[in-house]
Amino acid sequence: MLALHEVTAGYGHFTALWAVSLRVERGEAVAVVGPNGAGKTTLLRVISGVIAPRTGTLAFESTPLTGRPPHEVVARGIAHVPEGRRLFPALTVAENLRMGAFLPAARRTFAETLERVHALFPVLAERRQQRAGSLSGGEQQMLAIGRALMSRPKLILFDEPSMGLAPVMVLRLFDLIRKIREEGYTILIVEQNVRQVLKLVDRAYLLEVGRIRMEGRADELSEQDFVRKAYVGL
Amino acid sequence: MIDPIFLAEAAVNGILLGGVLALLALGLNLIFGVLDIVWIAYVDLVMLSMYLVYFLVMVYGWPIWLGALAGVGLGVVLGVLVHVLIITPILDSPPINQLLATGGLLFFIQSFATFLWTTDHRSVRLTLPIIEVGGMFLSFARLVAFGLAILAMVGLYLFLTRTYIGTAIRAVSQDRGAMALMGADPQRVYIVTSAVGGAMAGVAAALLSIQYSVHPHFGAAFGPITFMICVLGGLGNMVGAFIAAFIMSEIISVGGVLWSTEMGYVIAFALFIVMMFARPGGILARRQ
Ligand SMILES: Nc1ncnc2c1ncn2[C@@H]1O[C@H](COP(=O)(O)OP(=O)(O)O)[C@@H](O)[C@H]1O
Ligand SMILES: [Mg+2]
Repeated sequence: MLALHEVTAGYGHFTALWAVSLRVERGEAVAVVGPNGAGKTTLLRVISGVIAPRTGTLAFESTPLTGRPPHEVVARGIAHVPEGRRLFPALTVAENLRMGAFLPAARRTFAETLERVHALFPVLAERRQQRAGSLSGGEQQMLAIGRALMSRPKLILFDEPSMGLAPVMVLRLFDLIRKIREEGYTILIVEQNVRQVLKLVDRAYLLEVGRIRMEGRADELSEQDFVRKAYVGL
Repeated sequence: MIDPIFLAEAAVNGILLGGVLALLALGLNLIFGVLDIVWIAYVDLVMLSMYLVYFLVMVYGWPIWLGALAGVGLGVVLGVLVHVLIITPILDSPPINQLLATGGLLFFIQSFATFLWTTDHRSVRLTLPIIEVGGMFLSFARLVAFGLAILAMVGLYLFLTRTYIGTAIRAVSQDRGAMALMGADPQRVYIVTSAVGGAMAGVAAALLSIQYSVHPHFGAAFGPITFMICVLGGLGNMVGAFIAAFIMSEIISVGGVLWSTEMGYVIAFALFIVMMFARPGGILARRQ
């Protein structure tokens, strides 16, 4: 469904990704794990078109995606739940969700999608008139995910959704992402919470200083000594 | 001792002036909030629309309401043109370059207006009455301008809160990058914002043209006070700008009656400087 071929990207003269190749099949959940500064966020930014790759190509559903701006990428069916949530703090919960359905196609099915999002996150229905900035961390993350779902994506990119959440909330969040997965969405998730995320996904890539170091099935990878020592903390 | 009725009259005139100043400040602030660029030449666009109203009404004999509508239309066109021709190429440039570009536009418009229309002061002459209310003498033109300015601001408020694109404009002013991830083409949001900001300039032009004469340096008379209001209210803060407009217009108007108009401006500018030390983020910003 999504294929990156030898993508190199960075900021100015700095290179954050070196010839990264990666695939996500339809219906799959794939994780990218790696230490801080490895280039995980940069990778997702390249996919959603926030930064253009220097070399290499991207394709989504067998059509090129290389160098397309974010609004076109969203229209193709890729939603991005960005690092740090990036909500519109002064807008209400309802308005944030409405902005998620900015695309004309998404706006047409707005009521139906909203119902599904409310079913998934009842708290968003309860707090619809509240400002997004006044929600708790966990609620904000749910709103960020709900907002992404409003565009009716096929593929959802998650950038460290568990960041800054209390441990109980982290578990709930992973349950919710599992539920979203079961609804048929394809998922590419970046996490530092390696142990949890490997339980959620089918396959994982290990990214270190801008390069893919390892890849494999989640269960195999979590058995690897290297991963256990360095990331899972066992 | 000054007759209290003069003070009351000045206070009311201050409120009336504040309406139009608020309109100018909101238009400028809207654009700043979304694009992070101050249109230094904003009031010079107002001036161009005022010239249009003047020529249509005084030279071509259009009725004032039609001339005013044309002025608003020109405001929209100018807003879009400025965005496409001047702002778009410098969107990612350093702030100093942006300042120089929009500042350059200001001098261009001023010189060009002087070249085309000389430095003559031209006014739309309407025979509007002076109204007496409880011993105060108030200009009907000012009352109308105030009412319409309030109406335009209510319209802007409804547009920003009740429409889809208006909500998107507020969203972009909070997080530009996140709005692109929602599937919004930023350029489209910018153009709508510039068109609405231009419309506010056009409405202000129509309302100013029935009270003041227009000349090539009109921008120099109203530009600085408009910026001060925006900064005082907190750049990008619409509520703050609205309140600041009335504070400034009261100082100018009441100061003008107590001492002189010039003194009113001196006090307003002095207060501005003091406030910038006390509350650099604007009157509504929380103290650091
Ligand atoms: N906007 C930016 N400008 C310059 N360098 C950046 C920027 N964002 C990230 N980087 C650098 O790129 C590298 C990868 O960052 P990032 O993709 O955020 O890593 P991760 O998400 O894995 O923590 C880091 O060295 C970081 O310092
Ligand atoms: Mg990151």
